Amino acid sequence: MKKALLALADGTIFEGRALGYEGETVGEVVFNTAMTGYQEVLTDPSYKGQIITMTSPHIGNYGMTPEDAESRRIWAEGFIVKETSQLASNWRSRQQLQDYLHEAKIVGIEGLDTRALTRHLREHGSQQGVITHVDGDPRRVVEKAQAAPSIIGRDLATAVTCGKAYRWTEGSGEWAPPLGDKTGLGATRRWHVVAYDFGVKLNILRRLVDVGCDVTVVPASATATQVEALKPDGIFLSNGPGDPEGVPYAIEAVRQLIGRHPIFGICLGHQILGLALGLKTYKLTFGHHGANHPVMDLRTRQVEITSQNHNFAVQTIHPISAIPDRPPVVDTAFGQVVVTHLSLNDHSVEGLACADCPVFSVQYHPEASPGPHDSAYLFTEFTQLMEKRHV
Amino acid sequence: MPRRTDIKSILLIGSGPIVIGQACEFDYSGTQACKALKEEGYRVILINSNPATIMTDPELADRTYVEPITVEVVEKVIERERPDALLPTMGGQTALNATMELVKRGTLEKYGVKLIGASAEAIHKAEDREAFKHAMQRIGLRVPASGVAHNREEAIKILERIEFPVILRPSFTMGGTGGNIAYNREEFEKIVEWGLAMSPVGQLLIEESLIGWKEYELEVMRDLKDNVVIVCPIENLDPMGVHTGDSITVAPAMTLSDKEYQRMRDAGVRIMREIGVDTGGSNVQFGVDPRSGDMVVIEMNPRVSRSSALASKATGFPIAKIAAKLAVGYSLDEITDDITGVTKASFEPTIDYVVVKIPRFAFQKFRGADPTLTTQMKSVGEVMAIGRTFKESLHKAIRSLELNLNGLSSREGLDRGIPEGLDRQQALERVRQHLRTPIAERLWHVADGMRLGLSNDDLFALTKIDPWFLEQIRELMQFEALLVGQAGKKPAALEESLLWQAKELGFSDDRIAQLIGVTSASVLDQRTKTGQGRRGVTYKRVDTCAAEFEAHTPYLYSTYGSECEARPTDRKKVIILGGGPNRIGQGIEFDYCCVHAAMALREEGIESIMVNCNPETVSTDYDTSDRLYFEPLTEEDVLNIVEREQPLGVVLQFGGQTPLKLALPLSKAGVRILGTSPEAIDRAEDRERFRDLLNKLGLRQAESGMARSVDEALRIASLISYPVMVRPSYVLGGRSMQIVYDESGLLEYMGSAVKASPKHPVLIDKSGVHSGDSACSLPPYSLGQSVVEEIRRQMKALALELGVIGLMNAQFAVKDHTIYVLEVNPRGSRTVPFVSKAIGVPLAKLAMKTMVGKSLPELGLTEAPAPSHLSVKESVFPFNKFPGVDVLLGPEMKSTGEVMGIDQDFGWAFAKAQAGAGAPLPKGGTAFISVKESDRPAALEVVRQLQRLGFSVQATSGTAVYLRNHGVYAEAVNKVMEGRPHVVDHIKNGQVALVVNTVSTASSHADSLSIRREALNKGLAYYTTIRGARAAVMGIEAILKKELTIRSLQEYHHHS
Repeated sequence: MKKALLALADGTIFEGRALGYEGETVGEVVFNTAMTGYQEVLTDPSYKGQIITMTSPHIGNYGMTPEDAESRRIWAEGFIVKETSQLASNWRSRQQLQDYLHEAKIVGIEGLDTRALTRHLREHGSQQGVITHVDGDPRRVVEKAQAAPSIIGRDLATAVTCGKAYRWTEGSGEWAPPLGDKTGLGATRRWHVVAYDFGVKLNILRRLVDVGCDVTVVPASATATQVEALKPDGIFLSNGPGDPEGVPYAIEAVRQLIGRHPIFGICLGHQILGLALGLKTYKLTFGHHGANHPVMDLRTRQVEITSQNHNFAVQTIHPISAIPDRPPVVDTAFGQVVVTHLSLNDHSVEGLACADCPVFSVQYHPEASPGPHDSAYLFTEFTQLMEKRHV
Repeated sequence: MPRRTDIKSILLIGSGPIVIGQACEFDYSGTQACKALKEEGYRVILINSNPATIMTDPELADRTYVEPITVEVVEKVIERERPDALLPTMGGQTALNATMELVKRGTLEKYGVKLIGASAEAIHKAEDREAFKHAMQRIGLRVPASGVAHNREEAIKILERIEFPVILRPSFTMGGTGGNIAYNREEFEKIVEWGLAMSPVGQLLIEESLIGWKEYELEVMRDLKDNVVIVCPIENLDPMGVHTGDSITVAPAMTLSDKEYQRMRDAGVRIMREIGVDTGGSNVQFGVDPRSGDMVVIEMNPRVSRSSALASKATGFPIAKIAAKLAVGYSLDEITDDITGVTKASFEPTIDYVVVKIPRFAFQKFRGADPTLTTQMKSVGEVMAIGRTFKESLHKAIRSLELNLNGLSSREGLDRGIPEGLDRQQALERVRQHLRTPIAERLWHVADGMRLGLSNDDLFALTKIDPWFLEQIRELMQFEALLVGQAGKKPAALEESLLWQAKELGFSDDRIAQLIGVTSASVLDQRTKTGQGRRGVTYKRVDTCAAEFEAHTPYLYSTYGSECEARPTDRKKVIILGGGPNRIGQGIEFDYCCVHAAMALREEGIESIMVNCNPETVSTDYDTSDRLYFEPLTEEDVLNIVEREQPLGVVLQFGGQTPLKLALPLSKAGVRILGTSPEAIDRAEDRERFRDLLNKLGLRQAESGMARSVDEALRIASLISYPVMVRPSYVLGGRSMQIVYDESGLLEYMGSAVKASPKHPVLIDKSGVHSGDSACSLPPYSLGQSVVEEIRRQMKALALELGVIGLMNAQFAVKDHTIYVLEVNPRGSRTVPFVSKAIGVPLAKLAMKTMVGKSLPELGLTEAPAPSHLSVKESVFPFNKFPGVDVLLGPEMKSTGEVMGIDQDFGWAFAKAQAGAGAPLPKGGTAFISVKESDRPAALEVVRQLQRLGFSVQATSGTAVYLRNHGVYAEAVNKVMEGRPHVVDHIKNGQVALVVNTVSTASSHADSLSIRREALNKGLAYYTTIRGARAAVMGIEAILKKELTIRSLQEYHHHS
């Protein structure tokens, strides 16, 4: 069994066994606490630039299947697990995790104390790290980790966005969440949504189709004018990797589009929207990566269990220290912006809505995949904004 | 939402005695609920007939009624206490059924009692098979094809639509009682009859069998704001067809992709809303077709359950406590998690370890019971283990079972490879045969199948165990082979990396040593030389969140990682060893003692450290002790903890036989044992040393003899005269004890017993009913003051001679004013909680304090309290789970639990105990009497009194003739052998209200078996001793002549 090393920029070393493609990789080491959905996590473009640690100890149990991929490939820079399964058992499984990683040339490591690593990241923050199968000198590997560029300020969206605009027509099929009367399909017509691809997860596109949208996906660099030319009923801002301040061009485009069309943003899209509205963003110590994050809708006081994956967050003027009785409001150049959702764990901003125009966004992932479907209704709310605008 | 202010007092119904399907998990949840509600300032009123529970400790509620959980009594409690609300979801099926009865009778309405937690409609919708099916169909979820029958004809009609095999599930029963799988028409009709009898509403669901589908459970919580969270997905290793309580289960689910899991989660949330469980936890079970992923809903429990206790222990999320808070109006987001202090209860735990639960069975106690695992629960206990991987966790769970297994030990002698000359084909056929039907030992047969070359596909075809689990077991087998390959090496030649890998996989030193063929000590020695030895183990915290937030509660499990989170304190500390899995002879009573020990230490300012592996218990609640190690109770695992914690000492005397077994190895390792010395324990347990002890003190021992050979046994037995009781020394709860009726029986026993315990001789005694199975009374109601005083004197002499510090239990027999010592146990015993509740003194707590240096006068206990009320303990048996098994009691303990009846009047106390145990005394009707010859004079008086109380009497011919000769008329009825109609016909037709049946010979046993079985099926009061019958007569007299009165423990003992 081939040995492997994980070195963090602060000098911490973990030894383990080589996993995946033989080689060496660099990235920001983060941990994800979801107990299911490793394939969705690996293929989520938001992990560009990052090495993912899964806290769940057994990974690969149910194998891999093309329909569970969230994009055309793995974007994560590396993969850290306690133990991969030697046998994948599931009626849908088509491939073993190990082979999947190998084919995608992903360097990984297993057999280390992932809980110790997670606790370290929690205490000392996410940081650059190197996994190597080829370099046995811990000191040198640490130096490589220290030399790696930080993700702050970097434009990672460019690396993962689509080359050119395309249409998306496929829905969730049998895996669609039960929406009850919130399917949005009672609308007067289908809506044309232009979706900015900052690293979009396919399940977002599927959900948009599910609720009655025809989707045109455009590259991150699309200008407001280019988007206007497509005559959209609504604009969607996708999730994506890295620092929202790394994509000033997108912030500018969004600023021009606010007020002209209904806009819905998720994750990086939410942060870009926040910056476009004049709010600030900041980097969290170790981010939110998991499928069990409770978020309160401050308007209804209901709690949704959400899927999250982000390292940056939108800041209001005053930090929020407790759950307020009513949604806080911030004045911006575009009128009042309401903080609609808060994290119950750390009170960070999880959702925004403009009071005066049909614009809203959430930090978390209502498309789930992986994660619970509690927030699936948000896609319907987006169609309702378009419906209102239309009528 | 803030807590409700419109209610001030809340009634909680407990689950009564421990039975199969309803064990101490309800003490765990009830205790949490009591604490939570009191904390919120509510007046808590509790009714529970089980004295061995922590929840019935007088401090836990404002009013504690240790009274039978019957509608009449609960109504009386309501009338007396006028609670504003009733929380029905904490006491299992017992509480739900009692609640539904109260609703039907209009009691709740009459007294204005609000149901909180779950409405009557929700309970009905979830529990009524038909209503549930329709509810599921309404929300578009699939349920197995099924039909509901109320009689045989309806049942047969359903067979037209559903093909064999079919599953039969009686409504409103716990643990699937009366349920089974029928493969043919004959089995079907038998199960229909049994099942209809078992359902309190005479309703039976007949269901398409999904045998072989994967089985899952979700624990779901909902609050009044309609927030819903899933606490934990659990996957059963044993596929559908085996009751989940009898299945090996694993958390989290291992073989579901996110898409499949979310589909199940969505279904769980919708079911919760559709059924309308307003607040609290529910358990939902699903089946998944491994070939297509198709999912069906199996059932839902709208209350806390065995699984919710498991999920709580598995995640650190205290479901019952939170459910209680939700019931009084809080929402999930308003409740802060104890462990992190940051996160809220509206959060789904995520875990970074694997939890394995393995059930513990007791088939050897019930000869003739069918050991096949089906839809009716048969296990009596369970263990849980936590490890970082399934493999590690499985190993830890196996050694927690207390079955003398240190791993996947071969049952075919294949541990160290395939022996020369083994008929492989024959062995393989044997293993295949074992694997075809699910049985308790299936896991070990799977391992043997692998050793003999069966592939995962072969094994899946035979067992339908998911290949993922099979592969995990295979990896362990492959590593075992690697270890066996080291055979012949000197321990010092074993490589550090190999040993480390073995530890990571959960192998104990014992097992490693066994496979390599060296001693366990040398393995540890080599691990110490090449690595860190005992200190190589790391402890991790259970924190609900996979380390995303800091854990403030030291709820720990061991693993072999790179970082230890134990962070021991430098306080004065004591380790308490728990009792391990519940089994017959070792139940909740020992856990009760351990919990009290922890409380006592806290009061003394000493840190308490609990070690236990039973997920049902209060002792394994993370806030019972200061620190909790959820670990197997083996020498290695315990010494690892001692090494890390460096306690003042270890307490063994509260956890029953499990920790007691460790006395010698622990003291050899230099660990200080607190309280009575292991030496004194040995003196009491070793039969010969015990005899010397009695001789020294001039005390009498019951007539008995010790046999080391078959000849000696035969001689002693004929001297004592048959029937005799035979047993080896050092036993727990009478394991391997047996009554033999004649010489051939004795020869057979000696053959197996000597094999079972080669070093120890066999003891031969007069036979009697095991004390754990006997009804008993405090104070003694039939002994004179002088006898009581003499027993007291002898007890004191024994305690002083043995140097007991802490608790001691002794059993005496009194015959013609002569006192015989039967046995002495210088440790906490099964009767401690009963006695504590009867006299109002927390004995276990005081005992713990004596062990850390307090004297009895300092504790204020200078004389034994003499209560003016009477307390009767009655045992509860699992016979209704084992059709065909004889219900006759003997020296081998068979009861699973106990109830207590308290009253000013002995008759009433006895009657209450009987009602609490589920066989209420009749107020009239026909009594059937059949007694052995020597009991006839005594029976005469019993019959006279019964007649005086208005009973008519039937008797078998011999007894009837005797009675008539003494001037008492009894109608003679046929024995079963004598032709029809016979006594069993009368019982079946409901013409008999009470049975008194004592027997003497092996053949008369067989004759009367069907009488006892049928009496049991009908829930009749039946007595197999004359003393029991006499007490029953007193009880009947009481219920006929005096009104029922109830009183709380607080009133009995003037606590408030």
